[in-house]
Amino acid sequence: MKKILLILCIGFAIYSLAVYKYGSTTKSSPTPAITKGWNIWQEKNCQSCHQLYGLGGYMGPDLTNVASEKGTAYMKGIIKSGTTRMPDFHLKEQEIKDVIAFLSWVDQSGSSKVSDTSVHWTGTYTIEAP
Amino acid sequence: MSKTQKIFIGFSLVMLLTTLFFGMVSSFAFLYPELYNKFLPFYQLRPMHVSAALFWIISGAVACILSLSKDTFKSRETGTSKAFIVVWIASIITVFIFYSFRKFGGREYWEFPPVLCIPILAAWLLLMLSYFKQWQKRERKTPLYVWMWTTGIVFFLFTFVEQNLYQIPWFRETFLRELTVQWKSNGAMVGAWNQMIYGSSLLLMVKISGDQQIARSRKAFFFYFLGLTNLMFNWGHHIYNVPTASWIRGVSYGISMTEWLFFINIIHGFRTRLSEQNKFRHLLTYRFLTASEYWVFANLCLALMMSIPAINRYTHGTHITVAHAMGTTIGINTMILLATIGYILKIDEATSRQKEYIRKGTSIANLSLILFWLSLIVAGILKGYRTVALQINNFQEMMAPVMKVLHVFSFAGVFLLIGLGMVALQFLKILLQNEGPEQPPLLNWQSIKAEAKQKIEEKKTTSI
Repeated sequence: MKKILLILCIGFAIYSLAVYKYGSTTKSSPTPAITKGWNIWQEKNCQSCHQLYGLGGYMGPDLTNVASEKGTAYMKGIIKSGTTRMPDFHLKEQEIKDVIAFLSWVDQSGSSKVSDTSVHWTGTYTIEAP
Repeated sequence: MSKTQKIFIGFSLVMLLTTLFFGMVSSFAFLYPELYNKFLPFYQLRPMHVSAALFWIISGAVACILSLSKDTFKSRETGTSKAFIVVWIASIITVFIFYSFRKFGGREYWEFPPVLCIPILAAWLLLMLSYFKQWQKRERKTPLYVWMWTTGIVFFLFTFVEQNLYQIPWFRETFLRELTVQWKSNGAMVGAWNQMIYGSSLLLMVKISGDQQIARSRKAFFFYFLGLTNLMFNWGHHIYNVPTASWIRGVSYGISMTEWLFFINIIHGFRTRLSEQNKFRHLLTYRFLTASEYWVFANLCLALMMSIPAINRYTHGTHITVAHAMGTTIGINTMILLATIGYILKIDEATSRQKEYIRKGTSIANLSLILFWLSLIVAGILKGYRTVALQINNFQEMMAPVMKVLHVFSFAGVFLLIGLGMVALQFLKILLQNEGPEQPPLLNWQSIKAEAKQKIEEKKTTSI
């Protein structure tokens, strides 16, 4: 009993460290503006309505690739005045820029959609990191 | 039951009522945001609902362990466990005060400002201190439920700390690393509280059937290790579509397929359980356990499908994920917790009127949960099909038919609130009435019978 438990725990510790270190291969550290935008994203609880990579709320669209799909002007307009479903958060001009910087950074990390061609016959798929 | 334990069980039940209330209100805020946005927007209601649900499950699980472990370890309530209860409840109340002022700053499920994680962590350390002091008094051949409680308590600490690793800048160097670690810890944390809850459920089965072997057999230990392996390595389905290293997807996919063994085991033991159900169906506590078993089966089917990446491609980010989350937290976790709390409160000895209320509440809750769960699955299938197969990019257009189905979901939610609310309120009433001295649990029919037999035998031998 104790032996199996010990082996599992050691395996878990090694696996956790491997996930931290080698789980993602992209290298693109956030700038201070991106970090500020990231913090605003959390402080305004944007994740309760929006998703990034399909993770988050269901009220609004997934915003992983909104920067490349809709552009900065569109994002600015929506954040500034809200919609019938999204309230106006009264963000300052700089704060809006920071949120856009954060979303553009997320956009560069990859696509939230998995293409048909990535699906393997075994049921899994491979996604190439940008 | 001590006064602090009574307060803690009462607090857990209040958390359940809070979850149900905010869940219902937020589902309507989701459908009609224009009515709510000014005063009580969805982005404020959702964390109140989600955090309350989380705190109901964790508080309920710990409240059951604290009550049941007193008998198991033959120990008294410690000052440290009282301190845990005080700090834990105070931290949660503070979280809700912050939410009411729209002060956020955390991430999914833990949306409060991260500084509040400090008192929560302190409370957990107090719990561990008190638990391990008692744990030393365990019997040599430790029953499985004790191992499960211990595993849950230890892994909750690990996953909670891991959940907060993002405070170290290195973890935020890339967005994908942050996201991976966040969902690694979220996924494993579910496994941690499942260990605590399933542990109590196992003890309850031992008490009801009087068969100690249930918690000592090789098969039980095998499934414990299988569950633990899944806790450790099967969290990757949350991030299948994230461009992480492929081996994360591979490990998770491979490990998740071992869940078929749980599935086969359920099918295999179905006949035995059916006869057991007939034997104990007069017991309210057993009714909750039976309901949870059906929900385990339904949600396991869903989980197995979602664990296949090619299928997950359609279900990820849709309401099928919500169906799975709600099906497990309400159908499995809540039902087991209500069974265990019911056992602690001796609901099978309540007045017939109270029992009737609980019986009706359970039926309403389970029937509405079926509709609730199915409507989420239909909404998820629609969203997945329209996004992946039809590739509709306009969000409003894609969501139009989904919103119609979500009206059914909200309607079922009202009845879920009524059903579970009836049960929780009766439990609270019984809790307030429960002032008498501690009595041995009456459900342990078999052991009571065995004890009586033994006494008669002893008398016979002495008279000879």
